[in-house]
Amino acid sequence: MRYDLSLIASWIDPGATVLDLGCGAGDLLHILTVDKNVRGTGIEREEEKVTRGIEKGLSILHGDIIEEVADYPDGHFDYVILSQTLQQVFEPAVLIREMLRVGRCGIVSFPNFAYYRIRGQLLFRGRAPVSRELPYEWYDTPNIRVITIRDFRRFCRKEGFVIARETAVSTPHHHEQGKMVTFLPNLRASYGMFLLQRKGAQG
Amino acid sequence: MSEYVEHSPSGTSVGRVEKQFFTFAADEPLLVESGRSLGPVTLAYETYGRLNASATNAVLVLHALTGDSHAAGYYETSDSKPGWWDLMIGPGKPLDTDRYFIICSNVVGGCMGTTGPASVDPATGRPYGLSFPVITVGDMVQAQKCLIDHLGVGRLLSVVGGSMGGMQVLEWSVRYPDMVRSAVPLATTTKHSALAIAFNEVARQAIMADPAWNGGDYYDGEQPAHGLAVARMIGHITYLSDEAMRQKFDRRLQDRCEISFAFEEADFQVESYLRYQGQKFVDRFDANSFLYVTKAADYFNLESSHGCGSAVAAFAKAQCRFLVASFSSDWLYPTYQSRAMVQAMKKNGLDVSFVELEAKWGHDAFLLPNARLSGMIARFLDRAAADAAKEDARAL
Repeated sequence: MRYDLSLIASWIDPGATVLDLGCGAGDLLHILTVDKNVRGTGIEREEEKVTRGIEKGLSILHGDIIEEVADYPDGHFDYVILSQTLQQVFEPAVLIREMLRVGRCGIVSFPNFAYYRIRGQLLFRGRAPVSRELPYEWYDTPNIRVITIRDFRRFCRKEGFVIARETAVSTPHHHEQGKMVTFLPNLRASYGMFLLQRKGAQG
Repeated sequence: MSEYVEHSPSGTSVGRVEKQFFTFAADEPLLVESGRSLGPVTLAYETYGRLNASATNAVLVLHALTGDSHAAGYYETSDSKPGWWDLMIGPGKPLDTDRYFIICSNVVGGCMGTTGPASVDPATGRPYGLSFPVITVGDMVQAQKCLIDHLGVGRLLSVVGGSMGGMQVLEWSVRYPDMVRSAVPLATTTKHSALAIAFNEVARQAIMADPAWNGGDYYDGEQPAHGLAVARMIGHITYLSDEAMRQKFDRRLQDRCEISFAFEEADFQVESYLRYQGQKFVDRFDANSFLYVTKAADYFNLESSHGCGSAVAAFAKAQCRFLVASFSSDWLYPTYQSRAMVQAMKKNGLDVSFVELEAKWGHDAFLLPNARLSGMIARFLDRAAADAAKEDARAL
């Protein structure tokens, strides 16, 4: 199991209700359902992944995350997850506000663009970075946002999202193993992971 | 619904099957939505597989406009074709007859063994014709419930159907929410669009303009074959798509090298195809029945009948889990209509899965082999069966 996904899973209470935005073929939801008895729904825009998710016995909706999340009543889920998708979102503030409307908590994770290996590619080779976390060339990337851990904290402050918990992760060798980074996370972590709440919400 | 019947590459046939009949509403007639009453009512139905001891493995399959109870298997070993959804129903298939008890009945107003306008009215000793009450999708479902009660099933594991069968699925989910554990509406809608009503109206006019129709009173003589054939041709246009027609026929000529400069012969393959489909349909379907079932589909409006005009209010009554699928090239019930019902389900906090399947064959796609659709339905039913087993264990 991917290390970042297992970390997200560790943040979720057993039996919770979960909405996973950009859930892919439902790997995380599947783990949460089996291990934590979570009642989950996923939203995914690729038909092939949607069908694979439903074939795992999951509830998946085929559509755009911004449009689909809007239909849910306030506070319908315990957790709304946006895992490794923020860098592709056109209106991040709108989406996260919606996540915190339909969910009690939001979990957002993204590849950290200030990771030293990425900085190194730009600094030493003069090339647009291509990494395991961001494996695309400039001409075929679906990612439209460049996010760093420090930038995301600033963004949350500005938008009024409360960071209830935060972890920086480094997975240097393969996706299944990694470690948490506490010293200079914006430089040394390949991923950032945040638990968000609405302002005024009780922890 | 057209008659594409193809064998599933995986799984075997359920084998020989038999059409059965259930008659009810003899003493107390069935009150239909139009305010009139009907009785006695006979439903033609078939079942495949075995009902388990706790009666928790029953799956009701609902047929489309011109379908029938013969969803799988063969009546005679010499039959050239199996039932209309044989690729989905059978041992090891998504609707696995080794595990589930599958039920399929012909709708009220139909002409494949169930009471309809061609049946004899016991009051007059003559076929009902147009004196048969106008029926609705709600009436069809009401009659099916009598059959389900009769078969000793308290709660259906799932209700599954496409097109007008999907409308019945939706109707079941809100009319009898306690009796439905899961629902699979495919290529369907909560209400007919003006486009769908328009095609049906042209089809009905074709029948009624045929002099042989005679106000619906034709059972002593010839049936309005030409009108019914034209009605079917119109239907077939709506079941395909622009791309499907281009691939299937394009402008290719039928058995000739040059256009004929005449009208009697079919120049183009598409003309020949439609004429053939129309002709074939006349041999198996009753013209009045076609008027009644198309009217039922046109009148269907889940939102007005169950939610005072609101889809959200209508689905507030539902309790089951849903798997909704639409097909990208379906222009009869386009994806936006499925999305609208999914949205209403979500607003009610219902557990729903939805996928728009990429398919070039238009509305008919739900009847064609589709590995993704098969896999999803199989697993969706698995999950419902697991829930049922869990509840069973708790009840003990």
